[in-house]
Amino acid sequence: MPLHVELVSPELVLFSGEAEMVITKTVGGGDIAFLPGHAPFLGAVSNSAVRIVRGDETVVAAVHGGFVEVSDNKVTILADIAELAGTIDLARAELAKREAEAHLERGQDGTAEGALARAVLRIDVAGTTHLSR
Amino acid sequence: MGARLRVLRRRIGSVQSTKKITRAMELISASRIAKAAQLRVEQAKPYSEQMAKVIANLQAAGAGAQHPLLITPEQTGEVLIVAISADRGLAGAHNANVIRVAERTYRSEIAKGRNVTMIAVGKKGVSAFRYKGLEVAESYEGLTDVPTYEGARTVAAEIIDRFESGRADAVHLVYTDFITVGRQVAVSRQLIPINPDDVSAADTDSVAADYEFEPSPSQILSRLLPAAIEAQVYAALLSASASEHASRQRAMKSATDNAEDLIKSLTRDFNQARQAEITTEISEIVGGAEALKAG
Repeated sequence: MPLHVELVSPELVLFSGEAEMVITKTVGGGDIAFLPGHAPFLGAVSNSAVRIVRGDETVVAAVHGGFVEVSDNKVTILADIAELAGTIDLARAELAKREAEAHLERGQDGTAEGALARAVLRIDVAGTTHLSR
Repeated sequence: MGARLRVLRRRIGSVQSTKKITRAMELISASRIAKAAQLRVEQAKPYSEQMAKVIANLQAAGAGAQHPLLITPEQTGEVLIVAISADRGLAGAHNANVIRVAERTYRSEIAKGRNVTMIAVGKKGVSAFRYKGLEVAESYEGLTDVPTYEGARTVAAEIIDRFESGRADAVHLVYTDFITVGRQVAVSRQLIPINPDDVSAADTDSVAADYEFEPSPSQILSRLLPAAIEAQVYAALLSASASEHASRQRAMKSATDNAEDLIKSLTRDFNQARQAEITTEISEIVGGAEALKAG
């Protein structure tokens, strides 16, 4: 029996459907993969790429923090901010990365660090789909 | 042309141009804006519903007992009211209703001997509260027309900051609940302490007690509750926005209808006056001719 996966951000539902496996990363726990029949699980998701594997196709999304809940073969990911790989504007992410790096060099941290982490994740996620195609 | 005719013609012209404006506003509100606002209300629902479910699960696992956001304090001294009105008027009773409910909440909390602070979202609310002499501690503009999650996050951050620094023990959210296109109601809801039943009607039957947690339940909860507040503020902003556009559409439709009625009756007056003038002229001519013949 396949997993039913929902990837939900506050603004909309990004993905809803069946899949064989979901890979994500929890805060403090590292990478975790969910297969059908997984025990009920509740975790906080760190800034990471979420991979939803269905047959030959893998849906990749950049998730900037959130929560994951697994029960009864249902995986629900509540993302603070989420973007599907296909919708990421690579040029903009690279610009944001350079800006954040420039800020960091001048010694401003905090917001710039967060911005950098997000930009790097975006670029990574956008890159993975280009490779898998 | 007589003076009365000129006055009537001018009034018809002015009502006609007003009608053009109200018709345009009606069409704008009716078309993409209102539909988009209603669509966003729908799209935001899954998140807050799932969120409520997760909170219920965490509480079932015994994580919520000590979290300050979930406990009703023994004594509430500082109350924060967050009122969401619109930035623009011409939306019927939309703003007036929110302001009335907010003021009522304010007065009733004052009557209970509490200190009340106001946060006003929307230009109309800010000016109304200032006029009524209610102190507005913080105000936001430009969030209600097309609400973004970013905007909700800003407001939620301010609320949580006030709560954590002890400047608010309880928080009420006053906004317009979008029930259907034809029905919107201004409501006052308690935002903090969080009542998980309020977040959404989660079916608590599906709660499975044996969860694995990563990190610990209390750590997850302390991340989750601020996110739940953000989601609630966002839902309120979306609902208020959809209501604003629906109210404006209705208000502008009745304004357009009224303008049409007015034009109709003014045109009738105009025709009558013109006919009276012609009749007078004819009788004068006939009278003059009769007088000449007689002479």
